[in-house]
Amino acid sequence: MDQVRMLKAGEQGVVVEFGSEIDPTVNSQVHRLAKVLTTEMPEHILEVVPTYRSLMVYFDPLGISRDILQEKIADYLARLGAATSSGDTIRIITIPVAYGGGFGPDLEFVASHNSITPAEVIAIHTSVPYLVYMLGFTPGFPYLGGMSERIATPRLKTPRVKIPAGSVGIAGKQTGIYPIESPGGWQLIGRTPLTVFNPSGQSPFLFAAGDYLQFAAIEAEQFAALQNQVASGNYAPSVRHVARTEA
Amino acid sequence: MCTVTHPGIMSSIQDRGRLGYRAFGMPVSGVMDRYAYTMANILAGNGRDEAVVEMTLRGGRFTFSSEAYVAVCGADMQAKLNGKKIRNWSGFYVPADSELAFGYALTGCRAYLAFSGGIVVPQVMGSRSTYLRAGLGGYHGRALQAGDVLEIARVESLPVRPNELARQAVPAYGNDLRLRVILGPQDDLFTEGAVATFLNSPYTISPRNDRMGYLLEGQALTHKGGPDIVSDALCPGAIQVPGSGMPIIMMADCQTTGGYAKIATVIGPDLAKLAQAKAGDRVSFVACSDAEAVAALIAEQELYQMACRASLSAKNAPLRHTSKGD
Repeated sequence: MDQVRMLKAGEQGVVVEFGSEIDPTVNSQVHRLAKVLTTEMPEHILEVVPTYRSLMVYFDPLGISRDILQEKIADYLARLGAATSSGDTIRIITIPVAYGGGFGPDLEFVASHNSITPAEVIAIHTSVPYLVYMLGFTPGFPYLGGMSERIATPRLKTPRVKIPAGSVGIAGKQTGIYPIESPGGWQLIGRTPLTVFNPSGQSPFLFAAGDYLQFAAIEAEQFAALQNQVASGNYAPSVRHVARTEA
Repeated sequence: MCTVTHPGIMSSIQDRGRLGYRAFGMPVSGVMDRYAYTMANILAGNGRDEAVVEMTLRGGRFTFSSEAYVAVCGADMQAKLNGKKIRNWSGFYVPADSELAFGYALTGCRAYLAFSGGIVVPQVMGSRSTYLRAGLGGYHGRALQAGDVLEIARVESLPVRPNELARQAVPAYGNDLRLRVILGPQDDLFTEGAVATFLNSPYTISPRNDRMGYLLEGQALTHKGGPDIVSDALCPGAIQVPGSGMPIIMMADCQTTGGYAKIATVIGPDLAKLAQAKAGDRVSFVACSDAEAVAALIAEQELYQMACRASLSAKNAPLRHTSKGD
């Protein structure tokens, strides 16, 4: 971690930067620091925001000076550097998705663009868990990494004005979920009946940065039933805790 | 109860903001001008975090079915209570069956209307602020419309005396702003010439300014490489520079992450001043240190404390002595 930089973001922000690339190892350092800071929440730290390669630490400059805060952060980094990551677990959350048809109007296009069948697109899309590098763009929107290039597809030429919440799409080499109804240019391949963002819920967000998402295909007929279960509060998404090294 | 009979150009319910969810991509929102907001709450006899109405460029009209005590701060929108002019940056008693009307902003851009007791709307994720793009918080997640009824929390004893902010605490809104910035986090991605240009040439606020951000026009700023970075966190005050070279200052509703290099960040106390600027106003930047920023924060807090003390003594003063002693 000798290349860690601490940058200024106004009088109440420190950017702890671990690298300049999108890389799972760099990102895991961001999340490990985020985790220890949110768990211990040292005095005068207000909020931390993990992103691809850096952690933003918001602090109260009337309570602690930047220099002292940076020394504290350096201490945490030294501790994390010395500790092995064993015992450090990550969450893999299963996201049921109804692929194709009205739920994924662009599934056929994604298949033909890559010269494979729609069934193969689904098999590839559900084959591995994807790392949530960070959340941003809209509340709860996950920037996911790890999708196979075999299903990569450019964005729509003309974005849609309205995309239903829960839509699962592909844009270039990225895949993601729209947490709220919004405009967008992603190729839509399916939709999840889960509520990704529920502002009035006990925990408003289904997943956090640093989690992994595992998409799982469901039949179109199951969609409404699952949606009802979610709406009535009788659905608990399947979450697996595994050691970080296994992910 | 207070009924909105005309909403003005863009009025919404805001408080200090939705903190603690930026890691999930949730913008802070909240008031654009925290200084005028805080003073309005103090003058209304509230705690500092009550929800208020933020009005933009032209204020609305409100009728009160029951008595209330309100405060008006920020842009001077020529407030009139039952046709009678009232002083900006003051709190005042509103009898039942009154009308409070605002016009165009003579100075500034955003006015704050605080109610003694506060506006009763549900908290969403710990805040009453409206976040328009996701349609949540505030009044049903949207800007105020004619016919909306605002419920005001009851207070034990409503203040009666007018409560005016001391003159030295009232900011002057001009058309030329000097904003203090802390350089970074990515000033090293700009040419030396660009940083000098940024600090030495004035910019004009373009018509593209809203609660998300202010786009500026002026001398283009050159990046050493490209304008894109691997997206990182973005806070209100951050100055992003896209490929056009024109700076964009992030405001209350800004996204939590962004992909353009940020040359500097406007300090909090000065961001409140920017919230009162409008298209055509000129902005120049001056680099400041952490120590100077902290001094500005302390000065801001001292003004609040002074106003709190004055507010308390006004409340406790006997009613009949209104003509003397101020």
